[in-house]
Amino acid sequence: MIDILIDVMLMSFLAITAIAIIRIRNLFAVIMLFGIFSLLSAAVFVVLDAADVAFTEAAVGGGISTVLMLATLALTRQQEEKPPAHTQWLPLTVVVFTGAILVYGTLDMPAFGDPDAPAQQHVAPYYIEKSQTDTGVPNMVTAVLASYRGFDTLGEVTVIFTAGVGVLLLIGSNLFKRRRDEDES
Amino acid sequence: MSHNLILRIISKFLIPLIILFAFYVQFHGDFGPGGGFQAGVIFSVAFILYTLVFGLDSAEKIITPVVLRILASLGVVIYAGTGVASLLLGANYLDYDVLGKTPVAGQHVGILVIELGVGITVASVMILIFYSFAGRDRD
Repeated sequence: MIDILIDVMLMSFLAITAIAIIRIRNLFAVIMLFGIFSLLSAAVFVVLDAADVAFTEAAVGGGISTVLMLATLALTRQQEEKPPAHTQWLPLTVVVFTGAILVYGTLDMPAFGDPDAPAQQHVAPYYIEKSQTDTGVPNMVTAVLASYRGFDTLGEVTVIFTAGVGVLLLIGSNLFKRRRDEDES
Repeated sequence: MSHNLILRIISKFLIPLIILFAFYVQFHGDFGPGGGFQAGVIFSVAFILYTLVFGLDSAEKIITPVVLRILASLGVVIYAGTGVASLLLGANYLDYDVLGKTPVAGQHVGILVIELGVGITVASVMILIFYSFAGRDRD
């Protein structure tokens, strides 16, 4: 009972935040609402017992991206331009249609936590039974991420590294150019 | 920004705690929620807070963009190097079983080392990205 109540509360807060993000034109307020949205998503992940994901969402979504967007805001202006004058019926129709299809798609999904669901039948039983004897690591998520799926995580780290390289190439030249100027003078 | 006394005092008090928590998340990831990725992000938050309160110039004195650039690549090298090490010891790439005396000990070493690589890369990339944004309005 209390679970359903928490779910309903979190989901309605998420919906309210999303609507507020769409309506508000002050970008500073929108960025703050994005942070709140991430924090609420993190709470949803906690309710779903995905503590590691919630941790990441709270740290990255609620923390870092909010700060980065604020830093971007400092380079641009506070107010969004006037909303486009064209009619809003076409986008609304597309969104409602897509949403309806997605809801329809959930109808024959297995129930949450169903042990017979296809997703639980593949490698999950092996991880649950063997990860303790294979790796000796109590946190199964870490065992899967770092050991069984080590290649995936190596790819993820490379993606982060590449993202850093990309940002540096695009807007980071100031950091290094300035130093060289100082050295020369 | 330099006259916000309360911000300066509170952040001086908070930054060591944030870094301590980052290390806890890094090395306790085997037992509880967390790991290199989260720890790296939390570690970078400490530096971002410092940059926000004390300015980019003082932050760059602590850790320069050049050092960060090296560290960002070093993390990936540590991770990929673990795989090469297991290759050299006669196992598959990133198979940590051969890194210790027993397979479980090897797994412990491998996971610890690659999580460290993840943490170093994530932390330095996040700080670098923030430096890049903060350095934009310099000239």
